[in-house]
Amino acid sequence: MKSKGRDVYMVAGGVTKFSKASPDMDFRLRVKKAFDYAMNDAGLTLADIDGSVASYFSDHFQRQLMAGIMVQDYLGLVPKPSKRIEGGGATGGLAFQAGYEEIASGRMDAVVVYGFETMSHVNTWKGNEFIALASDTNFDYPIGGFYTGYYAMMAVRHMHEFGTTVEQMAKVSVKNHGNAIHNPYAQSPMKITVEDVRKAPMVSYPLTRLDVCAMSDGAAVAILASEDKAFEITDHPVLVKAIGTGTDTMRLSDRPFGEVPLLPNESPSDYKGLKYPGVHSFRAGRMAAKEAYEKAEITDPINDLDLIELHDAYTSSEIQTYEDLGLCKYGEGGQFIDEGKPELKGKIPVNPSGGLLAAGHPVGATGIMQAVFMFWQLQHTIKKHFHDDYLQVPNAKRGLIHSHAGTGTYVTVTIMEAVK
Amino acid sequence: MTINPNAKLPEDESGTIVFSTDPLVIKYHYEIDYIHSYAQDSEFFRALGKHKLMGSKCKKCGYVYATPRAHCMMCGSETEWYELPLKGKVHTFTTCYFSGEEFLNETPFNLIMVEFEGVNSLFMSRLIGADTEDIYIGMPVKAKFRRNQKMNVTDVYFVPDVDK
Ligand SMILES: [Zn+2]
Repeated sequence: MKSKGRDVYMVAGGVTKFSKASPDMDFRLRVKKAFDYAMNDAGLTLADIDGSVASYFSDHFQRQLMAGIMVQDYLGLVPKPSKRIEGGGATGGLAFQAGYEEIASGRMDAVVVYGFETMSHVNTWKGNEFIALASDTNFDYPIGGFYTGYYAMMAVRHMHEFGTTVEQMAKVSVKNHGNAIHNPYAQSPMKITVEDVRKAPMVSYPLTRLDVCAMSDGAAVAILASEDKAFEITDHPVLVKAIGTGTDTMRLSDRPFGEVPLLPNESPSDYKGLKYPGVHSFRAGRMAAKEAYEKAEITDPINDLDLIELHDAYTSSEIQTYEDLGLCKYGEGGQFIDEGKPELKGKIPVNPSGGLLAAGHPVGATGIMQAVFMFWQLQHTIKKHFHDDYLQVPNAKRGLIHSHAGTGTYVTVTIMEAVK
Repeated sequence: MTINPNAKLPEDESGTIVFSTDPLVIKYHYEIDYIHSYAQDSEFFRALGKHKLMGSKCKKCGYVYATPRAHCMMCGSETEWYELPLKGKVHTFTTCYFSGEEFLNETPFNLIMVEFEGVNSLFMSRLIGADTEDIYIGMPVKAKFRRNQKMNVTDVYFVPDVDK
């Protein structure tokens, strides 16, 4: 039988304001700012910390190999144990889970997970090239290496398969940019309309500039602890209830055409004739959700969860992810946003922070940023940290964070729960 | 042994591009040539010069891949080379108006995923000779090959198949 390990709690978090370029700070100082915020919030000193996990995606962006140890050194955490985790866009989610494992295994009682990326070291087009090097460099990259192109092809197939519309995708952009107006850490808060999204310059048909997240500089820190340590530190820790991770083929073209791995709220008759995942859905996202739901005993996601921070690098991928997570059935993602269910005041707020589209996507920091925002939501401390309680989800008891790499190559799902 | 307290580094005329002084931001150039082997996938790239598209077929379970892989992801067995048809259909598509820096001067360009009859996976390529509004899912396309090979996957591309 699989051992569940020890219970793991999040006790503090910190995020720097994400921005397109902030050359006044290097990655070490940026992490230090987020780290000090978290440490001060929980009243911790370096002596409380047993070790760390470093989260950053691209050595190309940092222009520095072993950047992780430079952060460890700068934070004053040497000679404690540490390691670097990398998994494309899911780097932050994977690193958070690696931190979870340090506590669950009993190796550490308190661990810092820090993430960062400095994408402004190169221009946007070079940045797109670096990101595209995270696709198969023999078969995919040389054709025109561009992640937005790959996602656009998935979006076109989703539209064909299920009748999803560009207006439905645009609504995701309107929602997330609008939420970000109340998030002081967000890079691109904007009050926009569906028309604005559609009139924005086309990046890769059918995705416009406002369907796609931007390059960011940023850092985020999450501190995790064992039960005893957590309650020593704070009266309001948040339980990291369960983790799940899925994977899929590097090449989009290699995805099979098989059957849907079902969630407890689905039956085979829901998907008669649907060839899965093809290029319309993220099988890794579904597998990550399935694993996390089983461990957290979630059988009816939309009712068992109160809010979600998911990896919306593209508006289309947010819609695809509603389905992977079982918030609605495959094919109903467009209708889900039409009905307003993921809106801030909807059935289940999705990306109340503004998500990647509006809060920003400094890759290695992103998945940890989601954990920090979720932590504050479940602690009911959004007002304290945002100086505005507009985004506080009133009934927030249980939340899901979702981090995603490549065209869905690594996907993590983590369930977090308020303790009281 | 030479002890020379007056030793000096030679000065030269090369300089550094400075973008800003506070903070100090400079241009740092980095370039590299790789010695890149296609290794077990080499046959695919060689075959493009013979105007052939080579995929892989699992010797054990029979799964057919439109891109090469020496071992089957379904059962782990060895595959053998399999000659793909040169005609297929558009499974999905896009037109890129931006891209990574290397391909910016080629925009706009169309990307497609091709489906072939009797093949279990897809093939990603460029489609030329059609605008976005001309392309549709199910559109017949056929492979064409560069005369002067670049020895990469762009040696094959697709055009609309009007013979259908
Ligand atoms: Zn096989």
